[in-house]
Amino acid sequence: MKRRDFLKSTAVFVSGAAVSLSALELIDPQELLAANPELRWGFLVNTHNCVGCGFCVKACKTENDIPMNANVTRTWVERYVITKDGEVVMDTPKGALNGFTNKQLDQNKSGMRDIPDADVAQAFFVPKLCNHCDTPACVQVCPVGATYQTKDGAVLVDRKWCIGCGYCIMGCPYGVRFFHPEEHVADKCTFCYHRISNGGDTACAQACPFDARQIGNLRDPNDPVAKAVMNQRVGVLRDEYGTKPQVFYLGLSKEVR
Amino acid sequence: MKRHVWRPLFVVVGMVVVILLFRLLYVPDDFGSQDRGYTFGYHRLSNEQEWKDYPAKYQDSSYCSGCHEDKSESVGASGHAMIPCENCHGAAFNHPEDPETLTIDRSRELCIRCHSELYMPSSGRNDIPGIDPSQHNAGIECSDCHNPHNPSLEDM
Repeated sequence: MKRRDFLKSTAVFVSGAAVSLSALELIDPQELLAANPELRWGFLVNTHNCVGCGFCVKACKTENDIPMNANVTRTWVERYVITKDGEVVMDTPKGALNGFTNKQLDQNKSGMRDIPDADVAQAFFVPKLCNHCDTPACVQVCPVGATYQTKDGAVLVDRKWCIGCGYCIMGCPYGVRFFHPEEHVADKCTFCYHRISNGGDTACAQACPFDARQIGNLRDPNDPVAKAVMNQRVGVLRDEYGTKPQVFYLGLSKEVR
Repeated sequence: MKRHVWRPLFVVVGMVVVILLFRLLYVPDDFGSQDRGYTFGYHRLSNEQEWKDYPAKYQDSSYCSGCHEDKSESVGASGHAMIPCENCHGAAFNHPEDPETLTIDRSRELCIRCHSELYMPSSGRNDIPGIDPSQHNAGIECSDCHNPHNPSLEDM
């Protein structure tokens, strides 16, 4: 082989290999997300405002046809009572479907717990719902592609495709997923995708009399939720899991898990 | 090669072809990696539209005030102004066509969601007038004395 031929064929081979390598390069989801900068749903929970009435839970169950009496819910409210000794007592009777009407805290097997007012240092309510994470652990574990994230950030379940294996229910660090007792598939908060996509509010946010819940577009700098996330001291749940939750809390306390 | 080697090989190849054909027919055309890539967006695209088409039950208080202007004005002047109509009157669905009438929840259980007195010093609950439901006129409905659209007894 002449030197000229060798160089020629080497150049052809290298450029050819470079083309096929670039075709094989994995596409970064972040890049794809940046390609759609107009809309990314986010949620703001103001825990200072929540009074534990549970109207959000009732509205969510009605709106999304979750059986009222089944012990599953897409959103719930937790009550935290921190005593002067530093003990943290938490309860959420029926997910606060009927609100909090009793001073006693439901401690499941150990019965009802009475804490005298004089022993209470702090007491507050924390609404919970799906965090619609940027890197959702539940989506990654689905073996059949039944749960996924839309380009505007909502994590949804394809009811026709779900085989009910329950991996996603175990995979979610926040415990927001459950097995739907009637549909027999995994179920979760959709951010009321049918409402927000048609210009509405989520059922829980519209039912809240105290503006403790708000949905908004994180990509719109004039959106009240985006403004609060940018300008105020917000926290997210279980940041250490790396799921990048998109439900932001005002007044989040370290006791909240 | 001998026939006893080829035969099982044909069976295996046949099975693979059958499985691939079944997959071709069973998996919809719009199934695949969508906007969020393979890791987060591997799904059937038309399911997004199916979720968007899910029927909404709750309308909005502004929907109610379109006809019941007098009611929304009266409640709007009271301390209950911030409570959405549908929290007590139930989801509107397609009212007035379907259902023609809404059921009003006048139960004590509804009122004490907010007005049962709890000691919650780090929340807004303490700013709401509260009662002990077991002591405060137990057994009768709150609405027997209090008008939900103007609950203060002094104003009545």
